[in-house]
Amino acid sequence: MPRIHFVEFGGREHLIDVPAGTSVMQAAIDNHVPGIDGDCGGECACGTCHVYVDPTWLPKTGTRTTSEDELLNFAAATQESSRLACQIRMDDTLDGLRVRMPEGQH
Amino acid sequence: MSTLSRVQAREEALSIPLDRIDVSNPKRFQDDTVWPFFERLRREEPVHYCSDSMFGPYWSVTKYRDIMAVDTNHNVFSSEAGGIVIFDRKVGERYPNFIAMDPPKHDEQRKTVSPIVAPANLANLEGLIRSRVCAILDSLPRGETFNWVEQVSIELTTQMLATLFDFPFEERRLLTYWSDVATTFPQPGQPIDTWEKRDAILAECLAYFTGLWNERINKAPGYDLISMLAHSPSTRNMGPREFLGNLILLIVGGNDTTRNSITGGLWFMSQNRDQLQKLRGCPALIPGAVSEIIRYQTPLAHMRRTALRDATVGGKQIKAGDKVIMWYISGNRDSEVIESPDSFIIDRKNPRQHLSFGFGIHRCVGNRLAELQLRILWEEMLERRLDLEVVGDPERVPSNFVHGYSALPVRIAA
Ligand code: HEM
Ligand code: FES
Repeated sequence: MPRIHFVEFGGREHLIDVPAGTSVMQAAIDNHVPGIDGDCGGECACGTCHVYVDPTWLPKTGTRTTSEDELLNFAAATQESSRLACQIRMDDTLDGLRVRMPEGQH
Repeated sequence: MSTLSRVQAREEALSIPLDRIDVSNPKRFQDDTVWPFFERLRREEPVHYCSDSMFGPYWSVTKYRDIMAVDTNHNVFSSEAGGIVIFDRKVGERYPNFIAMDPPKHDEQRKTVSPIVAPANLANLEGLIRSRVCAILDSLPRGETFNWVEQVSIELTTQMLATLFDFPFEERRLLTYWSDVATTFPQPGQPIDTWEKRDAILAECLAYFTGLWNERINKAPGYDLISMLAHSPSTRNMGPREFLGNLILLIVGGNDTTRNSITGGLWFMSQNRDQLQKLRGCPALIPGAVSEIIRYQTPLAHMRRTALRDATVGGKQIKAGDKVIMWYISGNRDSEVIESPDSFIIDRKNPRQHLSFGFGIHRCVGNRLAELQLRILWEEMLERRLDLEVVGDPERVPSNFVHGYSALPVRIAA
């Protein structure tokens, strides 16, 4: 199973195994990793699953969709590496993915 | 609401021809009898056309997923073309603001305002909100009946708003007044019976805020909303109507909605004592309970869009120019997405999954601030073991937009 390293805003790390096909947002919710809210349940409609993808992983996670980009536009403290975690689906090529959480979701 | 009118409403909802159902009548919200009508629409015609109402013809979108589809499709469903509420006002009579704008202007103005309610700033506000909540709770009368809406819901949200605007604290009830006026649909017999009267009062609001604006623009940029609007490149050249429009947006947004969630929360807990017991036994449930309160209340019953081109929603052909009402209040009771939606359950599996804040680019910018206020209020109420007794039914406001209360009689044992 591919693994994800989640890094909370305060720096605490969580290492989570997830079945391939699960979104990074769902992985956090299912495993009670704090820092991702996922209010819309993964429909790319709320922007509360904002994460920063570790730069070395950025190319492998693909590019933002139009609606993802629109929502990230309004999120607090967005960076070049910002993505919506519900739009990244785990597979073996992402094994070891590292994402950081922002101070809050809103 | 009496049991009789509840029964009558259900009978009427089941017997009336489908095409004559009109869920927009404000009276149905005031007497809380709109539910069986939405139930029937969700079951028999989830996207429904009403050809004649006091607000003209309109489409109702009543199910969760269809509402989400409209809300996230801002290229077709415009907030600007006809505004965001069911009643129409002529273009020249509207107060433009960013909730009723489409991109790109919406985006710029939203970005100007949103830092004040972003996570970093909320952390700074928490202590202040808590001290205000404590002061309000500690000053409540004992052994006499009082109106919870006046003494707690309005007081707390108005203080919050005064803080956000850095508004003269002693005059803060002006904010409550303007908020109420701004959401009034003038009707004969009401204190505000004409649009002219409403506009005249809102002009006073504008004059007052223009004074604050002028004061702030001549100072270094501060971290209150007026200063932010006055100094940001995307808002500092707003005309007066647009300034007023955005003020109303922030006043109403930060006020009525949270106010009615505060009242609704107490009412729901009083009607569901087992849930209150659960919460008392486990305060860690408060955040989930807050989301459940906001879902169950649905403080804004609808948002309106106007179709810019022909589109299909839930299998129905919507024509360019049509008025489309997303009934959040109905979608939040859609059993296809929310389990046992008519029950108030504070420890649901996915409490955050509800429509009350909308979705897409207009999704409520103040959502975390609203949740923060409610969370602190419930924390402090439990902390004090306040034994609040609701001693009568709430009075509701006659509006199909602001879903709320004007009174809830409450008593604390002496
Ligand atoms: C429980 C409390 C609240 C509820 C239920 C609520 C609900 C909503 C809804 C339904 C929308 C429109 C969403 C859409 O069209 O998709 C909205 C937008 C908005 N809300 Fe709230 N709101 C609440 C609290 C607040 C607070 C506390 C503030 C201000 C500080 C606020 C400010 C705004 C603003 C400025 C917008 C416009 C956003 C935009 O158009 O981009 N709201 N709110
Ligand atoms: S969960 Fe809502 S946008 Fe990702």
